[in-house]
Amino acid sequence: MNKQIHELSVVELIRGLEDRHFSSVEIVKHYLDRINRYNSELNAFLYVNEDAIKQAEKIDKEIANGNKKPLLGIPLAVKDNFLTVGLPTTASSLVLKGYYPQFESTVTKRLLSAGAIILGKTNMDAWAHGSSTETSQYGPTLNPWNLGHLPGGSSGGSAAAVAAQLVPVAIGSETAGSVRQPAAWCGVTGFKPTYGRVSRYGVIAMASSTDSPGPIARNVEDAALVISAIAGADPYDATSSSKEVEKYHQLLKRKNLKGIKIALVKEYLLPTMRTEVKTLIHNAVKHLESLGAKVEEISLLDPKYAIGVYTVVMRSEVSSNLARFDGIRYGNGREMFGDEAKRRIMLGTYTLSAGYYEAYYKKAVAVRTKIVSEFENTFKEYDAYIGAVSPGPALKLGATKNEPMFGEMQDILVEPSSLAGLTGAGVPCGFVDGLPIGLQITGNQFEETKILDIAHLYQQTTEFNKFPEKYQK
Amino acid sequence: MANITIDEVAKVGVLANLPLSEDEKKLFADQFSTTIDVINQLNEIDTKGIALTSQVNHLENVTRPDVIDKDRILSQEQALSGAKNVHHGFFVVKQILEKDSE
Amino acid sequence: MSHISPIIGIEVHVELTTKSKMFCGCPADHFGKSPNTQTCPVCLGLPGTLPVPNQQAIEDTIKIGLALNCEVNENTHFDRKQYFYPDLPKGYQISQYDQPLCKDGFLTLDSGKKIRLLRVHLEEDTGKLTHRVIPSAVEGSLSGKVSLIDFNRSGVPLVEIVSQPDLASTAEAKEYLKKIHAIVRELGVTSADMEKGQMRLEPTVNLDINGHFTPLVELKNINSFNFATQAIDYEIERQLAEFEKTGLEKQGSNKSTRGYDSVKKTTFPQRQKEEAKDYRYFPEPDIPPLVISPTVVEEIRKNLPQLPQAIIGELIALGVKPADAQIVSGDQQAVKVIKTHRDLDQAKLASLIVNKKIDLSADIKPQFARLTQIGETDTAKLAPVIDRVLTENPKIVADYKKGKLTVLGFLIGQVRRTAKDADAKTVSALLVEKLK
Repeated sequence: MNKQIHELSVVELIRGLEDRHFSSVEIVKHYLDRINRYNSELNAFLYVNEDAIKQAEKIDKEIANGNKKPLLGIPLAVKDNFLTVGLPTTASSLVLKGYYPQFESTVTKRLLSAGAIILGKTNMDAWAHGSSTETSQYGPTLNPWNLGHLPGGSSGGSAAAVAAQLVPVAIGSETAGSVRQPAAWCGVTGFKPTYGRVSRYGVIAMASSTDSPGPIARNVEDAALVISAIAGADPYDATSSSKEVEKYHQLLKRKNLKGIKIALVKEYLLPTMRTEVKTLIHNAVKHLESLGAKVEEISLLDPKYAIGVYTVVMRSEVSSNLARFDGIRYGNGREMFGDEAKRRIMLGTYTLSAGYYEAYYKKAVAVRTKIVSEFENTFKEYDAYIGAVSPGPALKLGATKNEPMFGEMQDILVEPSSLAGLTGAGVPCGFVDGLPIGLQITGNQFEETKILDIAHLYQQTTEFNKFPEKYQK
Repeated sequence: MANITIDEVAKVGVLANLPLSEDEKKLFADQFSTTIDVINQLNEIDTKGIALTSQVNHLENVTRPDVIDKDRILSQEQALSGAKNVHHGFFVVKQILEKDSE
Repeated sequence: MSHISPIIGIEVHVELTTKSKMFCGCPADHFGKSPNTQTCPVCLGLPGTLPVPNQQAIEDTIKIGLALNCEVNENTHFDRKQYFYPDLPKGYQISQYDQPLCKDGFLTLDSGKKIRLLRVHLEEDTGKLTHRVIPSAVEGSLSGKVSLIDFNRSGVPLVEIVSQPDLASTAEAKEYLKKIHAIVRELGVTSADMEKGQMRLEPTVNLDINGHFTPLVELKNINSFNFATQAIDYEIERQLAEFEKTGLEKQGSNKSTRGYDSVKKTTFPQRQKEEAKDYRYFPEPDIPPLVISPTVVEEIRKNLPQLPQAIIGELIALGVKPADAQIVSGDQQAVKVIKTHRDLDQAKLASLIVNKKIDLSADIKPQFARLTQIGETDTAKLAPVIDRVLTENPKIVADYKKGKLTVLGFLIGQVRRTAKDADAKTVSALLVEKLK
């Protein structure tokens, strides 16, 4: 092997461990070194696991004993809104500064039992409120492609960590775009499973009706492998699905897209979008056609309405979900909430309050029905739809200032899919101003296999899956 | 153009149990108006007679049997571990109501 | 004299005695346990936790609803009721708002008056606050006037039974409460132990004074039937006096809250936060909706135990006096004894049981026979009557002595015209003896 450890995918690392090219301890030490070297400038990690090497030593013994587990010996990073025993969990908020959870989230529990090692907790927009990681109360994360730019969010720390190769794969969570958008801005792969496919138990809730944990990875195959490990029914989450989980990573078999019908949503090519971005999407259409897919332009509800619905639904649920943080049983008082959290709690309280509930909340959930049924009709005819993940490349630091709707505007193209609980991949499809652009490939609920397969083939046959030069060494 | 007053913001602040400075109230009043304008676009869509969607997972009747789950029960020490103020196994807050007749 | 009538509606909270809590697997039996030893991440409201509803609690609520003649909502769900209080760990209580499990029932009082029930819904209990003064010396804690919080009760299933304001007197209120208490106990869904706070009462009271309505007052923290009646009585007097003084009338559905001081036997205003209550209900996104099919409802209905009201009806149909039926209806063994002894006079049997003349654990028939036989003194009372009848009817006596035994019936009739209570068999036996 002539590649360095950090240039290997998870699938390659597993093979390397099986073939005894290196040990888990070596992988962990390699990444801890990189975190030491680069995290101070990127601020991708909030906490690093002091016990990681010890855990890797144990796992090396397991490997020596011939134990087989899907992620045995693989280090990964977890967004700071997943509860982890022994590691602080703050959701990048001062309200939870110093909080050590009393229990383990279902996702991290499953990762640990699959043999993974949690290297650390990654920075995020505080409480996952945002698409910039700039609302973190521990400072923003910077974009590894250009340190003057934002990494996106809310899972910005996870995306930046994967892009700068500080970790081979990371866990994020989406409420609407929080995995796919930072992955797009950092030029890596993000995958949002169907709502209810992955348990929310132990994930600090943002909007309960759309929250979906998902991986940010070096490629689609790694993402598929991680989803296989974390998906499935959870008796502690009444909204989790009991549908059977497939071995997604073993089902990426397509050599072409013959028989696949893809919709290009006209309204998602926003009038305000830069021509370069539109060109990249049209290039993607051509590429998918060259693989044998039939691509047709369709018309859906203007995504500006999805913003309206999402703004009300998400803020209403946020106002309620953050009510438990009163500083009595854990954490600090409510005065410690940052501006963005306060703004969202306030607006959500307002839209649910007497006299406004009908006008705002009820109206929003009625329009949500329209969005859902429109997609149901679309998927009767099409296997997937495509568009850009975000209207443009990563914006500059400070761009969120005085923009109370910043997150919604950057996530406008993925919000409809989140409101309907769909599954979708975000993969790099080119560059604008030297910054990556992401393509979304979105499918119906529980069509993970199909979407991963299409995204995988697209990725395997294009040249956009790159990592920033600066962090190659 | 929506016009949310500082008074309205102050009222919501009380409901939301959030201490707000005067500056924050003013800032939020302005920003609320912008956000409400975006939301008000929804009125362009006719939703007469349309069902409401609060959940999208098509599930119903998800319950658990009435059994005790020992795995999750916390010891008193674990339960209190995150609290700033404890007393003989209790969480403690400053008294908020005069003593109720008991 | 002016017309004054009380208008009373009551909310009854009943803690279900399920094994586990409403939305997590902690034990529901919290009484007398060390503080905060029966909690888990869910009922402690830790970050990232989610509720999963207890199937048994849902069924128990439907049982209560059916026993109170309610309709079961086919489509129902949980909602979040939002307010801040230190005993409410999530900042909201999972409850039911627009689609309660059961609605539109009624309960019939002995007078035949029907008290309408608005709804029976399921929610979770809060933690428990105790108010204390902690000396300032204690380290690592607040001191002075504090509230101590125990979350052992947090998340215990709680059923709320809401009546319409149909109760017109303290007596009706008391009867209503006793009947609810008997029903929920009979159903086996709760011990409804008042002392343990398993049944809590919140009457809302106002007065109709010649068509003027006094402001609504909700009485809180009442945990006994006697306190409830005392509080209502006091409130009626207080509101009357206040109306005479101020002339204030109620405004819409605005309510003020008062507590009851059982020592002074008075109600007192409870300090309210300044802002009006705004619970900001919305559908609980963490729990998928419930669909209760008519088949499920019928299955539950079929398995309901017989309820006091129905038992009373059945006993009355057997000839038992209504007052006796009322008394024995709460005693399963007594009811069984009455119902199974069809060959005895069941009315008499019931009355003997009520008067505690019969030992239910011993053989019933000999006791009944002994208690209903006419004793020595009765024979003595009958003797002169018989003598008189025989003297007054020489011809009939002669006929009998000639062997015309059928005339005996006539003689028995004559005796019983005077001795109305006398048992025919006894009279017959005495006559036969005399005529020998």
